[in-house]
Amino acid sequence: MSRNTEVFVIGGGPAGLSAAHVAAKLGATTLLVDDSARVGGQLIKQTHRFFGSSNRDAGIRGITIADKLQQDVKEVSDRLTVLENTAAVGFYHNKEAGILSQKAYERVTYQTAIVCTGATENSLTFENNDLPGIYGAGGVQTLMNVHGIKPGQKILMIGSGNIGLIVSYQLIQAGVEVVGLVEGMPTIGGYLVHASKIRRLGVPIYTSHTILKALGTEGVEGAILSRVDEKFQPVPNTELEIKCDCICLAVGLTPLIDLFQQAQCRMVHVGELGGLVPLHDSSMRTTNPEIFVAGDASGIEEATTAILAGRIAGARAYEATHGKSAQAEAIVAEAREELRTLRSGSTGERIRWGRERVLKEVGEC
Amino acid sequence: MTSLRIEHHPVLNFPERKIVNFYFEGKQYQGYEGEPVAAALHAAGIRTLRRSPQKDRARGFFCAIGRCSSCIMEIDGQINTMTCITPLAEGMHVKMQKGHGHIEP
Amino acid sequence: MLKNDGIISPEELAPVIPPPARLAKGPVAIIECLQDIPCDPCVSACPVKAIKMKEGITDKPALEFDTCTGCGLCIPKCPGLAIFVINMKHTPGMATVSMSHELLPVPEKGQEVTALDRTGKDVGKVKVVRVVNPPGYDRTAVVTIEVPADQVNNIRAIRA
Repeated sequence: MSRNTEVFVIGGGPAGLSAAHVAAKLGATTLLVDDSARVGGQLIKQTHRFFGSSNRDAGIRGITIADKLQQDVKEVSDRLTVLENTAAVGFYHNKEAGILSQKAYERVTYQTAIVCTGATENSLTFENNDLPGIYGAGGVQTLMNVHGIKPGQKILMIGSGNIGLIVSYQLIQAGVEVVGLVEGMPTIGGYLVHASKIRRLGVPIYTSHTILKALGTEGVEGAILSRVDEKFQPVPNTELEIKCDCICLAVGLTPLIDLFQQAQCRMVHVGELGGLVPLHDSSMRTTNPEIFVAGDASGIEEATTAILAGRIAGARAYEATHGKSAQAEAIVAEAREELRTLRSGSTGERIRWGRERVLKEVGEC
Repeated sequence: MTSLRIEHHPVLNFPERKIVNFYFEGKQYQGYEGEPVAAALHAAGIRTLRRSPQKDRARGFFCAIGRCSSCIMEIDGQINTMTCITPLAEGMHVKMQKGHGHIEP
Repeated sequence: MLKNDGIISPEELAPVIPPPARLAKGPVAIIECLQDIPCDPCVSACPVKAIKMKEGITDKPALEFDTCTGCGLCIPKCPGLAIFVINMKHTPGMATVSMSHELLPVPEKGQEVTALDRTGKDVGKVKVVRVVNPPGYDRTAVVTIEVPADQVNNIRAIRA
């Protein structure tokens, strides 16, 4: 069997849903596939209120934003087909791709593809880091906020970025004791309001510390921490034993890029964006002119910016088959301005630097 | 059903679901229909899902969204099944897997 | 220091505390948002436009103390749960603190709860004098507790 579409969106997280919604609303026939049972990406486990502009979803819980995006795509269902439990498994020549569901393998022919595959969780090297009871922060959120099951009774959090801080708070809300939060850097990585929120509920924050090993043989029973020096080397005789039954790793994400490599998009390694990302211009178009990117796959950021980049990609993908459109241009201009303001200021420095590097390199292509 | 199940949550409501029976290593357990097999096992207090191929180390799930393959087990005879994204169904037989599993020729 | 341990020091807090004359007049917001993060729901939450961000969305919120009425509508709108309203004009020697509360159980008016300081340390029992939790607050209850006046900027959470 085969399907034909103008815009083919891979991934139903905030970027993919926004891209598909915009493309279909402008008038493109659109197909969105997502390999999970339910679209919404990681938003479906975000119980906290989002930061950002109150013009766009700030102050609203992630789960509510997921509902809104799901509602948006339903409104354009005459032009947009959404396939859940369906993975994009490969790009072929001549604007053709393969998708696989539990029922069948199908071919998709498309005019442009928007790849919004998101990211995968990083692990960390320490002794016994493979023990049962050591989970990624996204895994903990899935278990706890989607399936209603606590990861354990006492958890140690590794990583003080926004994910580590927010998931710690969510764990407390679910009734789990967070015995500590460990950060190798001397300062907290995420927003300090999130840090204060868990600190005043009694979570000790160990900056300039690392985890040396997890204790236990068949599962986590505790952990040994140590202070680290300026070069992140453990300081002898500063070991600290912590009792816990699970450990949560919130040590960053890496963009999921296999499909771009397969589509022969030029890749560039930008540490600030989480690793290898497809080179793309400010229209989110990669070096393969029929492939666009949006969301964490273009560089690790967060859901609000993913939504905005998705809107840009959706509008440009529409234009790729239907020609220039004033409406599409207006969507792009508005999203670009919102992105600029969200990334301004000192907390946006790293991401700005990373994004600028990508744009600079693409100019040199 | 166990103390790891969240009964009340300040933000979330978990819908009522149907309880089903399943088997882990031949022993009967209960879980909710449609929840991932790995989640049902976790709630039942089982977190060692397989043994590593070379060093025989205990392994559990890690990512819970079907990316990392740390949770693979044998379900109804099918080896290397990602239990974190396989919905639980009545009467399922779930087994620990050693290494890469074994298929009868 | 806040950026090392998540605990706001008295020096870091000083700029967001209104002058004594304003405190003496009654309820006023304390916005403990001390970092340039891209977030602005507090600005639109304020019915009297007392919260300003001069440099745009990544600026820190600046509260005009004399314009603020202490209504507390900004409290549940802050994604960082960083806004508190204090009332030094409560009763002699006693003040109130209003804060977001997103944990179970949500206390009831009149109930005794455990007060926690910025480090989560138990600093004694306090009485809940008000709980506001309408559907529009979307499961962020605003709880007001009665505290000794000298604890008004020390107590920042409760355990019911």
